[in-house]
Amino acid sequence: MTETALKAPFPGVFYRSPSPDDAPFLEEGQAITAGDTIGLLEVMKQFSEIPAEVSGTVVRFVVEDEAVVEAGQTLLIVASDE
Amino acid sequence: MIKTLLIANRGEIALRIVRAARELGIRSIVAHSSADAETLAVQLADDAIEIGPPQASKSYLNAEALIDAARQYQVDAIHPGYGFLSENADFADAVHRAGIIFVGPSGDIIRRMGDKAAARRTAKAAGVPVVPGSEGEVPSVEQACRLAEEIGYPIMIKASAGGGGRGIRIAGNREALMKQMPTAQTEARAAFGHGGVYLERFIPQARHIEVQILGDGEHVVHLFERECSLQRRRQKLIEESPSPALDEATRAELCESAVTLARHIGYSGAGTLEYLFDEHRREFFFIEMNTRIQVEHPVTEQITGIDLIREMLLIADGKPLSLQQSHIHRSGAAIELRLNAEDPDQDFRPSLGTIETLRWPSGPGIRIESGLYPGYRIPPFYDAMLAKLVIWDQDRPAALARARRALDELILEGVTTTASLHVRLLADPHVRDGNVHNQFLEQWLEHYQQEVSA
Repeated sequence: MTETALKAPFPGVFYRSPSPDDAPFLEEGQAITAGDTIGLLEVMKQFSEIPAEVSGTVVRFVVEDEAVVEAGQTLLIVASDE
Repeated sequence: MIKTLLIANRGEIALRIVRAARELGIRSIVAHSSADAETLAVQLADDAIEIGPPQASKSYLNAEALIDAARQYQVDAIHPGYGFLSENADFADAVHRAGIIFVGPSGDIIRRMGDKAAARRTAKAAGVPVVPGSEGEVPSVEQACRLAEEIGYPIMIKASAGGGGRGIRIAGNREALMKQMPTAQTEARAAFGHGGVYLERFIPQARHIEVQILGDGEHVVHLFERECSLQRRRQKLIEESPSPALDEATRAELCESAVTLARHIGYSGAGTLEYLFDEHRREFFFIEMNTRIQVEHPVTEQITGIDLIREMLLIADGKPLSLQQSHIHRSGAAIELRLNAEDPDQDFRPSLGTIETLRWPSGPGIRIESGLYPGYRIPPFYDAMLAKLVIWDQDRPAALARARRALDELILEGVTTTASLHVRLLADPHVRDGNVHNQFLEQWLEHYQQEVSA
């Protein structure tokens, strides 16, 4: 098992769900495939979906919903098999 | 008497209000988020107070924090600027209840003109032409289809609670309308918390022309029009006055209709009435009113010589309008170019960074509205607009030449902006001739993007 930190590609506000009324894209313990959306990053009122770079299982979120993040800051940790 | 003013906004408009307040001898306090402690508005204000974290929802949109700040500084008035809480009727009411002057109209007027369907009814009652459409909200698909036959296709389905171009769908025929109507209602409910929609004729290639007014609750004057047809995703990029599309008779009629409507509602403060102008039929239709100061207000200030923010503060202070219509004249032509932190070559992707080199254009007829300075780090949390270049000259061709000269002088390094796009747009013969409409820029950009990638 390797743990990979998925990081914010640019600074902004991180959202775990597509809108306040929706369920989060991911929950801890959930299996994900590379390319799945892990959350949204808002920069200057534009929202970008952030894709997972690896497949595996979500170990934990490091930042909370609506957190202000810097470029390169870890968003969540994923455990992979290889 | 307003002696102390809280400015509930950020960026260039906060700075603009600080300046107007200073000139009137009013003490200004800028309410800011933790991300904006280093802004020029904060530096130039008499005082500043941090009201919350970077996210707008927790700072600039936090009515309670703003009113607390206002109480703490015992301010007499709050200026909301544009965006954020500027058209929030509940905020205006809450400010009023706290015994503080809201620089703008009453909550009731904001509510009435902020609801599109209600604004439309009001306009019709005042005898102001509106785009042919439904009387208020349309509850059922059957009713929509029946009405659409009278109004004519293509037809727009618009969310009553929408705004800024959001919550609009266009149906070209009956089948499309039947399919889109339920989706539009669901979307409206999800996006705005209210599923009501109404119908309106869609006018292709219309021009966006708006009229600036000032009212004191009784008297209303207009300060002519602004044309803002050059928009991308309903965001204006270039605005100018006078509109190259209007003849004097139509201009007079348009401006008079705006005054009639504002007077009908007893409007108080600065306001803008937006119209669609169908150039082929020479018809104008009222579409909505913005009950606040607008981004492009300097265009009007340049051609009339009137300081709109100062007038807003005087009106809010309870002074009767000192301006009479016969004393308001326009002179020359003004154009505003918005510099946004977006890369026009990369589909307007936001561009973040720190301002390195900065040399503003200057000389005759050039006005810069911006909070930028070398070393300023652009926060990712807010609007992408960094600066407005406002150019005035004796006529439109001269103003365009001066605008090109201004762009030549500009050096702004550290972040990519829309400046390069303005250079290309001002070189376009259609733009040069003022021969544009509200879809022009998006169509033009498609060709432009193809050229960039070729």
